[in-house]
Amino acid sequence: MLLSEIKFLVLKDIKLEFKQRYAINGILLYVVSTIFVSYLSFAKIIDPATWNSLFWIIMLFAAVNAVSKSFVQESTSRQLYYYTLTSPQAIILSKMIYNFVLMGVLSLLCLLVFTALMGEFVVNYPLFISALLLGSFGFASSLTMISAIASRTNNNFALMAILSFPVVMPLLLILMKVSAAALSVGTVSGNMKFLAALFMLNAIVVAMSYILFPYLWRD
Amino acid sequence: MNNFLKNNWWKLLGVLFILYSIIAGFLIDIPEVQGNIGQSMRNLFFHVVMWFAMMVMFGTSLVRSLRYLSTFDIKHDVYAIQTVNVGLFFGVLGIITGMEWANFTWGTPWTNDPQLNGAAITILAYFAYLVLRRSIDEENKRARIAAVYNIFAFVMLIVFVGILPKLASGSLHPGAGGSPSTVNSLDFTMRLVFYPAIAGWIIVGYWLTGIRVKMDFIRQHLDNPE
Repeated sequence: MLLSEIKFLVLKDIKLEFKQRYAINGILLYVVSTIFVSYLSFAKIIDPATWNSLFWIIMLFAAVNAVSKSFVQESTSRQLYYYTLTSPQAIILSKMIYNFVLMGVLSLLCLLVFTALMGEFVVNYPLFISALLLGSFGFASSLTMISAIASRTNNNFALMAILSFPVVMPLLLILMKVSAAALSVGTVSGNMKFLAALFMLNAIVVAMSYILFPYLWRD
Repeated sequence: MNNFLKNNWWKLLGVLFILYSIIAGFLIDIPEVQGNIGQSMRNLFFHVVMWFAMMVMFGTSLVRSLRYLSTFDIKHDVYAIQTVNVGLFFGVLGIITGMEWANFTWGTPWTNDPQLNGAAITILAYFAYLVLRRSIDEENKRARIAAVYNIFAFVMLIVFVGILPKLASGSLHPGAGGSPSTVNSLDFTMRLVFYPAIAGWIIVGYWLTGIRVKMDFIRQHLDNPE
């Protein structure tokens, strides 16, 4: 029951996206222009540490921007209608999956454009991509929950940033550590500890959201 | 008088513990420590104690938020916000005493260290909690949403403060990255001051919370007198 509800809601979100198309195009353009601005200001990066931090800072802001729309895109009355049809758990999980797809596309595009403009620094692609995907899921899940909280307040967009930074910071720090390893001599097996920590972190966020979200949407 | 003591003995105890820890903290002999810590080791009775008190306050706030979500009694929400206020007070004091100590022993008030960053992020998260509360007008909605954020943020911060320093390779701060925690290797006379200091500040923290909660109830009563 829950699974079919989730599938339906994810498909609904994707269809909505393809119909309107401004959200995904907007965020893709946002990423490309941010990278271009940093390209213009840095010219060429020669140092992997700078490459790494700049990449993840851009990813963080792109993620906050991309996910913050999750619960404000549709009108309140339409959302209430969904709540009468499905369980709140299905809504939060489907939003997380949809945002994960969005973040996955976004992060791969970000890597592509960033590498093209800033120079290729990644040595171990399997490690970097697995960090990127785990990171995409982590950003998607924790920011979905935060955007659910922020959407209930009067100033959604300012709050989205200040509420989310403390919460995604553990994730971001582990990600930067893993990707720093992927820029030098790190291997997947050598960084299993960090990948496992990322996985655990994602599992904690999903479990917490599953439990806490039902308290959020009721009015 | 007797009744007064019966109701307030624990407040007196807290104040006595703190006074004792301040006086004894400056007077007792402390063991010679290698490195450049020296007499600044006495800051243990003030700096470390602040973090213990802060974590107890935030932990209490978590429990209150959980209880709010299970009972929807607004009383728990008032306790949750006021323990956060008192905890933030301890946290800011902890940061100040810690920066002073770091400046003395490491030569810089702030280093890029998992424990220091964890502390800063914790303070930021709870300030964000205060801002979140300000931006919702309706009382019950505010209580519910703030409780959800409180629980969510607390768990993420436990991950940050508890697990990340263990994954980090090098840390200057004691008690992280495999270096022994100072609290475990404490000299016996120092323990005699350290533990009462923790107890004293926690008691005073609860006292402050109690006063702030009463103020809140009085303010609410004055706003809606019926």
